[in-house]
Amino acid sequence: MASKKRRLGPAHTGTGHFWHQRLTAIALIPLTLFFVGLLPNLAGATYAEFVTLMKFPVTPIALALLVGVGLWHMKLGLQTIIEDYIHSEGCKVAAQICMTFATVLLGVAGLVALVMLAA
Amino acid sequence: MADVRNRPLSPHLQVYRPQITSVLSITHRATGIVLSLGSVFLVLWLLAAASGPRAFEIAQDCAGSWLGYVFLFAFSLALFYHLLNGIRHLFWDMGHGFELTTATRTGWAVVLGALALTAVAWILGTHIVGGM
Repeated sequence: MASKKRRLGPAHTGTGHFWHQRLTAIALIPLTLFFVGLLPNLAGATYAEFVTLMKFPVTPIALALLVGVGLWHMKLGLQTIIEDYIHSEGCKVAAQICMTFATVLLGVAGLVALVMLAA
Repeated sequence: MADVRNRPLSPHLQVYRPQITSVLSITHRATGIVLSLGSVFLVLWLLAAASGPRAFEIAQDCAGSWLGYVFLFAFSLALFYHLLNGIRHLFWDMGHGFELTTATRTGWAVVLGALALTAVAWILGTHIVGGM
């Protein structure tokens, strides 16, 4: 009853945001280290060198995971920032909608680009 | 909803003296925003690569310009800071490191670690791998 009155959703879903933020954070530790190791190879690479690099399955797989998990983690973080700093209810909802749409757009664009490069 | 608006508020943040713990906490957020911007550029860079050699060369020229280097440096520092401080957060989640002396010590370790990792990554990346 109380949760319905305050529009906070059902009680048992309360840890969802917290849990997914931690889950993605843990996954991002090895993915970030891989990306950091990859960066010097990407910087200054010619197109031919880059295409060769993308033909090893591990490169597009790790980059796809980095984009997917990273953007999910980003969405959860930006959601909290919007909740904390935007106080007008209308602006808050509008900002959450724009941020979520932008995140999905970035994710789809990134994954489509990776599929095209790996194909 | 009316009673929600009249709840007592804690004193505004500005009345507190900045401390290592609070400064690092807001820095975690700030670096998260920097990394969000970085993710936009990462996706744009992938799109350029998927578009063909011409677009890829333009993207590489942008990344290799002095402005590109400034952004890449800021991005790498934010990335290492957020990574290390995120690990600090995960230890807190498991109930470790809440004592003030420990929190101060791990806080400075994160700052120094982020600076060191950034320096090492740029030195290795530019001189030994020779990618740039």
